[in-house]
Amino acid sequence: MLPNELKPEMFSSYPPEAKSLVIENLGVLRELPLSFESGLLREVIDFDYKFPSERRSLQRELTNLSHLSPAEKAEWLQGFSAITLSTKLEHLDWVNSPAQFTEQLSAHLWTTNQLDAFRLAANAYGDRLGAALPVEVPAVPRLGITVIGEGIPFYSGQLFRKLRPHGAYFSNVLPDEGLPTLLATVAARAKQHHAPYAHWYIDGGEAAGHDASLAFVSYGALESVRMALLRKIHSETEKPGMGPEMLRTLMAELRPTDLDMKEPGDQVLDRFQVKLLTEGSGTQIFSTSFTQWAAREALRRSEPVTLLVRFAPRQRQKPMNELLSPQAEQPDLDPLGSLIDGDMGAYYNWLNQQRLPGAENAAFLAWFERHNQAVVIGPAVPRGTESANAINMEQLLSWIV
Amino acid sequence: MQSWDEIAHAVGRTRREFLRDAAKVTVGSTLLRSGFARAAALPKQKKVVVITFGGGARDQETLAPEGQENVPNLLRELIPRATFFTQVVNRGILGHYVATASLATGAYETINNFAALPPQNPTVFEYYRKELKRPSSDAWVVAPSNGFNHIGESSSRSFGPGLGARVILPKHLLRAAISSGNADYAHLLRDNYETPYFTPELSGSDFELEQLEHLLKLSVDDFKMHARTLSSPDELSVYITKQLMRQVAPSLLWITMHDIDIAHAGTYSLYVEGIRRTDRLCAEIWKTIESQPEYAGKTTLLILPDFGRDADNDAGGNGFQHHRTGDALSRTTWLIAMGPGIREGVVYDRAVDSLDLVPTIGARMGFSALLSKGRPITEIV
Repeated sequence: MLPNELKPEMFSSYPPEAKSLVIENLGVLRELPLSFESGLLREVIDFDYKFPSERRSLQRELTNLSHLSPAEKAEWLQGFSAITLSTKLEHLDWVNSPAQFTEQLSAHLWTTNQLDAFRLAANAYGDRLGAALPVEVPAVPRLGITVIGEGIPFYSGQLFRKLRPHGAYFSNVLPDEGLPTLLATVAARAKQHHAPYAHWYIDGGEAAGHDASLAFVSYGALESVRMALLRKIHSETEKPGMGPEMLRTLMAELRPTDLDMKEPGDQVLDRFQVKLLTEGSGTQIFSTSFTQWAAREALRRSEPVTLLVRFAPRQRQKPMNELLSPQAEQPDLDPLGSLIDGDMGAYYNWLNQQRLPGAENAAFLAWFERHNQAVVIGPAVPRGTESANAINMEQLLSWIV
Repeated sequence: MQSWDEIAHAVGRTRREFLRDAAKVTVGSTLLRSGFARAAALPKQKKVVVITFGGGARDQETLAPEGQENVPNLLRELIPRATFFTQVVNRGILGHYVATASLATGAYETINNFAALPPQNPTVFEYYRKELKRPSSDAWVVAPSNGFNHIGESSSRSFGPGLGARVILPKHLLRAAISSGNADYAHLLRDNYETPYFTPELSGSDFELEQLEHLLKLSVDDFKMHARTLSSPDELSVYITKQLMRQVAPSLLWITMHDIDIAHAGTYSLYVEGIRRTDRLCAEIWKTIESQPEYAGKTTLLILPDFGRDADNDAGGNGFQHHRTGDALSRTTWLIAMGPGIREGVVYDRAVDSLDLVPTIGARMGFSALLSKGRPITEIV
């Protein structure tokens, strides 16, 4: 089936708001090339569980497409129209399973040597869309904070090497009251600039006490969900005929209730957390991978104005089959490896924050927890500078907030 | 925006600048010794060892200034004695099995990366054995995971059955030797980081144990005892490789490293640890080559990653973790070539295709790779 054959009743299994969005935009959806449309429907089908900024973006994108003339539409999407698809792909149920379709599409693009053409088409479309839509500047300059190195008594290596050229490195930070000060700063911003999912706290271990108004995710709090997921994976992989693609499809279909998230909580945040575990790689077994991926996805999807990320020690590497087996005993930890993971994670958090609107005014702080090393980056901070003067966390924050 | 070719070229140039400082090498030019002079320098009994520096490592963790601490052996021991190509471009599918198969056939394979299938095009081993009438004991592959079981022999009708390389899977060998779950060896049995839930099961432990005892001249007890001292699957592979070189001395030997691919789990420290280990193991293999009479002075060593990993600045990926975007950095790698007749301490930054490996091996060993889509790398044949 091709997009021009779409009918309203085909979307009967979509959640209510997604269905309404499709019906409102059915005209334009019938005019899009399938290689593009499947990616769009992948977002639309989850509309009911998306963060406010994602919903706004999707609505604006559909409105923009609707307002393009046929000639403009052809020009905007010419790269996608040039992608050739197989009949087998066209016969897949891309309306109800767009995520599985895009996975098959990806394999098709690789094998038919069309991946580079698809990348070019996607980049060109993204650039045009970015230029056509007004930039949503955040109400307050963004602030990203990343804390690394919990549980490390001593480390002589260089930290924050990738961040230092972009800001000021402080080698004599007074660590007392460091984390409480950061948490209080985040809470104050959440109160002053209240908006849903605008202020986040992500912790790779057990969370520190924090303000209830923050969107909160932690590796420790998801332990029972992770165990439920590993049990499910374990039992599915035992079944004859189960392969990687089938397992990915099955994982993509898991909902919070399938993983023992029984208490009716925040539907949007619950879905977000389940996706971190079912779509992330290594997030099920390594807390540092979970933390970095959670921060990346929070930034990409909800575009927060405040994000505090704290890395905690992950378990030591073991054979994959052991790591992936649900086990009750306390894992052996690797604090030093986790510090290095967190150092790179801090850099990625900054990079991902800088991809958002308002990057020129955004601020960032990375700190080695309970130690003296920190980096701050912001419009008023001279790049590539260093200071050995004693400074406490409040003073450090005053450089950027 | 820079074109893909411009970016790839810039990557190559950048590598050359790094190397000029770090490894004290010179830039290659057309002022080469003539092909005739190189041919005269080649010994009659030619051997080739290929190492894939797997599963993909990026500039910033290897050859860029901040990454050089991770590859001291490449920089200080190997590159000064090698011809180094800064731009090896892989235009195929960036999955480890299918990419390794493409390297081994000289044609971009399109087989399912996660299925146990033979390459579609003839492998370098088949070309070598058929044309030079070599026995099966003369071409070997040491492969990291069970999924590589079919890498030695293609499904090509004009080659295929009986003409391929013998494939040794050290992990399968170890599993056969220990016969039951044993925690002492679990760290050596890590398999397939891209789809960690699945490890293709292989049968036939009797054959594995026979290989161990008759070919490698290793008793099961000695093998188990030594394996206990190793720390990773690639160390196990190199241990088996050395034994193979001592006992069988194959002329064409292909070793696929894979520890680095732990990056898929998202742990940067383990990824870097994998690079450091692979760097050390490459130097160990070169030392083995130099110290064994069957190999010393007559062996070409070729080291190259199967491909790179995604760039930090590509929003479609997640940096070092994967190789899914198909961006220039994930497609652009390098090649170290060393051995008799190959110039030492020279760097070329012209683009070379990863498919060029097979015809280059053919040119050095004296067989043609008719169905390969690559071209011999003139600077080293």
